Amino acid sequence: MPFNNLSRRTLLKAGAATLASVALPFGIARAQTAVILGIVYVGPKDDFGWNQAHAVSVGTLKALPGITVVEEENVPETDAVSKSMESMINLDGANLILATSFGYYNPFVVDLAKKYPDVQFRHAAPLWNKDKDPANAGSYFPYLNQAHYVDGVAAGLSSKTGKIGFVAAKPIPSVLSNINSVLLGARSVNPAATVQVIVTGDWSLPVREAEATNALVDAGCEVITCHVDSPKVVIQTAEGRGVKTCGHNASQAPLAPTGFITGAEYKWETIYKSYADDIAAGTPLPNFLVGGYNNDMLRNTAYGAGATPEAIKAADAAIEALKGGFKIYTGTLKDNKGNVVVDKDYDNYDPYLDGMGWLLEGVQGSTT
Amino acid sequence: MDHPIVTVLIAMLGGAIRVSTPFMFVALGETLTEKSGRINLGLEGTLVLGAMVAYATSYLSGNPWLGVLAAGGAGVILGGLHGYICKLPKVNDIAVGIAFMSFGTGLAFFFGKPFIQPSAPHLDSIHLGDWTGNPALAQALEVNPLFFVGIGLAIAMAWALKNTKWGLIVRMAGDSAAAAKAMGVSVDLVRFLATAAGGFMAGIGGAFLSLYYPGIWNQGLSSGQGLMAVALVIFARWDPIRCIIAALLFGAAGAIGPSLQAIGITQGYYFFNAAPYILTLVIMILSAGSKGAAREAPGELSITK
Repeated sequence: MPFNNLSRRTLLKAGAATLASVALPFGIARAQTAVILGIVYVGPKDDFGWNQAHAVSVGTLKALPGITVVEEENVPETDAVSKSMESMINLDGANLILATSFGYYNPFVVDLAKKYPDVQFRHAAPLWNKDKDPANAGSYFPYLNQAHYVDGVAAGLSSKTGKIGFVAAKPIPSVLSNINSVLLGARSVNPAATVQVIVTGDWSLPVREAEATNALVDAGCEVITCHVDSPKVVIQTAEGRGVKTCGHNASQAPLAPTGFITGAEYKWETIYKSYADDIAAGTPLPNFLVGGYNNDMLRNTAYGAGATPEAIKAADAAIEALKGGFKIYTGTLKDNKGNVVVDKDYDNYDPYLDGMGWLLEGVQGSTT
Repeated sequence: MDHPIVTVLIAMLGGAIRVSTPFMFVALGETLTEKSGRINLGLEGTLVLGAMVAYATSYLSGNPWLGVLAAGGAGVILGGLHGYICKLPKVNDIAVGIAFMSFGTGLAFFFGKPFIQPSAPHLDSIHLGDWTGNPALAQALEVNPLFFVGIGLAIAMAWALKNTKWGLIVRMAGDSAAAAKAMGVSVDLVRFLATAAGGFMAGIGGAFLSLYYPGIWNQGLSSGQGLMAVALVIFARWDPIRCIIAALLFGAAGAIGPSLQAIGITQGYYFFNAAPYILTLVIMILSAGSKGAAREAPGELSITK
């Protein structure tokens, strides 16, 4: 390393390593098995949404022996995340870094992975490219649309008309897939079910989310669900209007004591625990880890007062089917403009579905 | 369900009543401040801090109206600080306002952290539409008392600015500092009080956001509403009554985007979501050409000098 690139931290690290090798011969042996996990969040850990979902999972890891967790929240997707991750590595001795926001990956995670080849970096979006990116980096991501399918099944049987309202942040593939999966789930139990979409335009716009929820209720929707960063406003407003709700990202059950049906939740702890086990056993971590119900990466929130007994039964059956490899996008399906968009049975992880740019027939809404 | 156009109109009525209140309070506060010859761009920060303080107070005390009062108090402190700093020599009120915008939001984010998750008691609303038998209309006519307070305040302000000695002093400080000084009025004191009072109103606007609609506290709550309200003052030509009309219009236009999607006009939602801003621009352009517009601006404002 050229002298002018020698950062204060690199210098400190070298000094500390020298000291440690002299004074603490057993310290290094201990460091090989212990997992010191550093995790960075983009927002507050208690946002009733994306960040909370991660934080809750990490919380379950803290109880396991041999794991130390270092957390930092509200880290913007800028140079700040590099500094957070570097201080976790140098000051706390982290050997596994989890970067949980989309914009952390390039260049921050990629650059640090090159600088610290002994530290494992994993990022929560399917972005790792085996040809270009360092071997000690990687991606993990559960396909939440499977849990939204279960939401759709439960919503279809918990309402009279099967009219479901969906507040969507942006018309991007992962959001569209959640909308389509809600429809297919609802249609599997009620062929007349429909989904009405209102797009707000950004991840967090509380006033417009409330307006959208009110508009959907006024249009006659009996169940409201959403894909926005923090679903608190949507669930709370819908509960106030006396309609039922399905959650997203984390458990919103406490916000809707009378109308909550169930919700789509990530089960990040499955991934985090498998990482921890691999490190403890000395086996290399998988670079690319995606999944769904079939490998225990998702869950649905415990049923609330809004779920009818039939809905609970059918939703439980749908979860079992998904665990067994049930395919969501099958047969011939048309989009809401009349084009055939699905002409065969697609696997739930088929790359074709990752590029989804359509809403199925039965969804009232538009992608532009 | 009714005819689609009726649905949109009901949604616009509901939107006007639900969304307009924070705009109303911030715009009225800014009108008072600007009438005295100062611009306080920091009201966005006051709005956010007011929202946080109201939510925290309501959660800790269990009384949402105490939260409203506390939000007003936080506004007075921020407004008073702005008023005090601006009387120091060679201080630019616009620059100080921008600093206070960051200061207020930063303070609110820092202290607001533990209050994102808990649910605080909300303000109650008055059910004015239950007799209609139409659920959408009944919802649209669920009105928060602060909405009426805002309208009452605007009428009182319009009357007081025109007909009382205090109103005359405020206007004089705003139109000609030299004349006010010749009359023996302390221009700095008038502006200090007007800015603090303006902060009080903006803080209450924030309380409405966090305690009624949308009724949460998080960091994306305001998303620039305080800034839009300051712009509405120019749109309303420093007239409290026109502030109310502007805020109502802005709220109604904001409801167009979601309600058009609800009746099935799903294309072009980015355009319809921009309706309030487009509407404001169009009315500004149509009305700004008149000679009267220039006369209505307070003469001492640093933007008109």
